[in-house]
Amino acid sequence: MKIDFTHHQSAHCENGVVSNLLKHKGHDISEPMVFGIGSGLFFVYIPFLMVNHAPAISFRPMPGFIFKRFAKRLNIKIKRYKFKNEEKAQQVLDSELKNNNPVGLQVGVYHLSYFPDEYRFHFNAHNMVVYGKENDTYLVSDPVMETTTTLTEKELERVRFAKGAFAPKGHMYYPIEYPEKLNLEKAIKKGIKSTCRDMLAPVPIVGIRGMRMIARLIRKWPVKKGVKVANHYLGQIVRMQEEIGTGGGGFRFIYGAFLQEASVILKNPKLADLSIEITEIGNLWRDFAIDASRIYKNRSSKLDAYNKVADQLVELSNREEVFFKKLRKSI
Amino acid sequence: MKKSEVPQDKSNLESANFRELCYAVDENGAYITANSSGWDPKTIALNNAIKEINERIAIAKNNVLNKKTSPIEYYMELHKMDLPILASYVGMWQWRVKRHFKPSVFKKLSQKQLNKYARVFDISLAQLQDIEL
Repeated sequence: MKIDFTHHQSAHCENGVVSNLLKHKGHDISEPMVFGIGSGLFFVYIPFLMVNHAPAISFRPMPGFIFKRFAKRLNIKIKRYKFKNEEKAQQVLDSELKNNNPVGLQVGVYHLSYFPDEYRFHFNAHNMVVYGKENDTYLVSDPVMETTTTLTEKELERVRFAKGAFAPKGHMYYPIEYPEKLNLEKAIKKGIKSTCRDMLAPVPIVGIRGMRMIARLIRKWPVKKGVKVANHYLGQIVRMQEEIGTGGGGFRFIYGAFLQEASVILKNPKLADLSIEITEIGNLWRDFAIDASRIYKNRSSKLDAYNKVADQLVELSNREEVFFKKLRKSI
Repeated sequence: MKKSEVPQDKSNLESANFRELCYAVDENGAYITANSSGWDPKTIALNNAIKEINERIAIAKNNVLNKKTSPIEYYMELHKMDLPILASYVGMWQWRVKRHFKPSVFKKLSQKQLNKYARVFDISLAQLQDIEL
């Protein structure tokens, strides 16, 4: 069986799945709208935790939070399943598909056969939509891919039951109940407020203060850990920032698109100006990535170079502090 | 980022024949989406990470051949895993898995336990016992 489902490519998987599922039900909600209302912009440094043998930094909230908050702020009810048993997980999925219901799935990236090898890491918070099954092959709409793909029963079972941090445990979800009319205005304001609160939080490891903490660490790394490790850490920041969910520059641009859309809906021209400002900040994030990548490409061991990217990060945190304070006042 | 600045560098995405989606502004300042074939700083970071992993695999392989560690550690590195990830795949405590890295302990593992590892790494028992197969 095949459900009539339209695939739209998106920049980030979680927003993309939500947006695609809602579009399927006739609610035209764009990816940036999901991202903004769900407060997808975030920064956190988690001390002591190592990911891929480097400090854990995240440019996004916990997996699933964007969707959770988005649904809550718009009063959309979501049905969620998690499974202990692989067979049961497949049965429930099949019966949902029979009921003409495309579902969102949380999966691990490592065993995703259609991803290029180099991109297959143990990252368990990827999202996709399954919209049909032909014989023993599932029809998959992975929002980061340009077109739809397929996975066999066995392959899908593997990715649904990937292990490690954030193990998906067959997590499956889909919206079941909508209010008569989606109250976007209220939800947008809530989403913006919550993002401002997070980014300006008086906590040393979160938001702009978290960035400053990382900047301080970058200065220390080459001395304390040696150039090789410092370069590896720096490389991981860039990967977290631009690769895994397009955190730094990419997310700022999605947020810019959101503010532009929001300014029309709320009839608030200030948001359009702020959209331009966050776009500029996004460009600076990209410059940071370029300069950081230069360090580990040339293996330049000059302390200067590390201090320079650290300065850039401090500058970014200052710009964002001003930006989020203005944003908070503008709504 | 302007639409004209959306990077079109060569990257590993090419092998899978897909381009990622980016948000950028057009001439009138309106946000649009555009596809990007890759961006050098990202590619450098990714290649760097892959190089790092390959080094770890080479070291592990050497250690196995010198009988300093068991093939389990080699396959763990080969599958880009670390101890917590491998432990959760085989469903054992981390200290137990770590203990199985000792060649002397590995030799005494039961068929059942070896099978667990072989299934996770998707290899045969013979391959698990001899990494050069």
